[in-house]
Amino acid sequence: MSPLKGFFNSSVARKFWMAITGLFLVTFLLVHLAVNLVMFAGQDAFNLATHFMATNPLIQVMQYVLAAGFIVHIWMGIKLTLQNRAARPIKYAYENAAASSTWASRNMIYSGGLVLVFLVIHMRNFFYHMKFTENVGTYNLDGVVMHNDFELVTGLFGIWYYVVIYVLAFIALGLHLNHGFQSAFQSAGWKNSNWKGLMQTMGTAFSAIIAVGFSAIAIYFFFNPAQ
Amino acid sequence: MSSNNDMNLLLKIWRQPDAQTKGELVDYNVTGISPDSSFLEMLDVLNEQLVTKGEDPVVFDHDCREGICGMCSLFINGEAHGPGKSITTCQLHMRSFKDGDTIYIEPFRATAMPVIKDLVVDRTSMEKIQQAGGYVSINTSGNTQDANALPIPKADADAAFDAATCIGCGACIATCKNASAMLFLSAKVSQFALLPQGKVEGAERVKNMVRVMDEEGFGNCTNTGACEVECPKGISLDNIARMNREYLSASLAD
Repeated sequence: MSPLKGFFNSSVARKFWMAITGLFLVTFLLVHLAVNLVMFAGQDAFNLATHFMATNPLIQVMQYVLAAGFIVHIWMGIKLTLQNRAARPIKYAYENAAASSTWASRNMIYSGGLVLVFLVIHMRNFFYHMKFTENVGTYNLDGVVMHNDFELVTGLFGIWYYVVIYVLAFIALGLHLNHGFQSAFQSAGWKNSNWKGLMQTMGTAFSAIIAVGFSAIAIYFFFNPAQ
Repeated sequence: MSSNNDMNLLLKIWRQPDAQTKGELVDYNVTGISPDSSFLEMLDVLNEQLVTKGEDPVVFDHDCREGICGMCSLFINGEAHGPGKSITTCQLHMRSFKDGDTIYIEPFRATAMPVIKDLVVDRTSMEKIQQAGGYVSINTSGNTQDANALPIPKADADAAFDAATCIGCGACIATCKNASAMLFLSAKVSQFALLPQGKVEGAERVKNMVRVMDEEGFGNCTNTGACEVECPKGISLDNIARMNREYLSASLAD
């Protein structure tokens, strides 16, 4: 066998890379939420935070690592799902899946798919403008000229249907994470009965923090438009 | 012997003449079923009724009928081995159902376990996984030493024994939405990986068994945990985590 083949190309390996990229994306979510929370500190602070994210050299490199993480996670997810469907072409006439597993665990491809749809919308609305166009107003903070990202974000959070899409996407992400977080540790082999309960609790808490945290910011700025 | 408690049931049973022919669910009414009879005995009664009428009896797997051999299969009302935890189909009794119930009886479904006839599936793929490494090949005969001369922690011995209780019935595969054989395979890996005699061949064992599992067309584990719930022997998901650990470190060393 060629070196490391099994580490990249086998059912167990694919789940390992799914887990590793998933946990990496989890850390990204925490950083993203932290930056978003700066909105509560006002326009100056938020624009300074996004300016840092847009100019810091380490963050610029990590952007590409992050993109690779998303691509591997999505590609593996689709590949695993197709293989799994092929493993049972004839369905049962009578299904009672709820007797033995949770809805979230069985529908990761759908919760993940919804998050992906949102990601495309999100990239178009924010990332595209922040990174590639000059459609974002400028902001002068103590002589440093930067994007007025605060204006861009609060503008979108003022549109009711955008906030609805945003909150729905984070409910999907919360469900995805509630299974995915603890599942990653199982796939990577970093779990046993002693840790199982704690990991599930941590996963549920983390999912709630992410889903509620992001949604709350959007809802707050919808009801309290920035002046 | 009949009593007032006897049940009448509508059975929807998968009939399929052979692997090549398309199958379908066929309705059967059975009458006079004792609540104390086992599910397989109920099928025996149905088959006697069918034979009396000159019809083809329903073919299903069974052997010991005491929950040890792993031969009986059946997907009953959406669950492997039917309702009830930690039991095989032969240990399922008709008191778990009510008079007048409709019961769906289907074969275990997986690409890797094709139907042979009616409710009987070919589980050779599981045998192939086992043959790829589910044994110890080091020579232990001739100068056998006292088993107690090898100190083994109690917890490891217990975990290895628990893994070894897997009867290879295939319920985990049947119930998994991905038709994954990971719980089965992980039990077979763990029973050796935890003990000194098995550890020496551990890396090759896990790599070979996973390779054959993939070749046979089983799905990938997505950690839904359904296998553990439906396993008649209560094989723990811990075994899958252990197997992942064993496999990943063995592949990394290649």
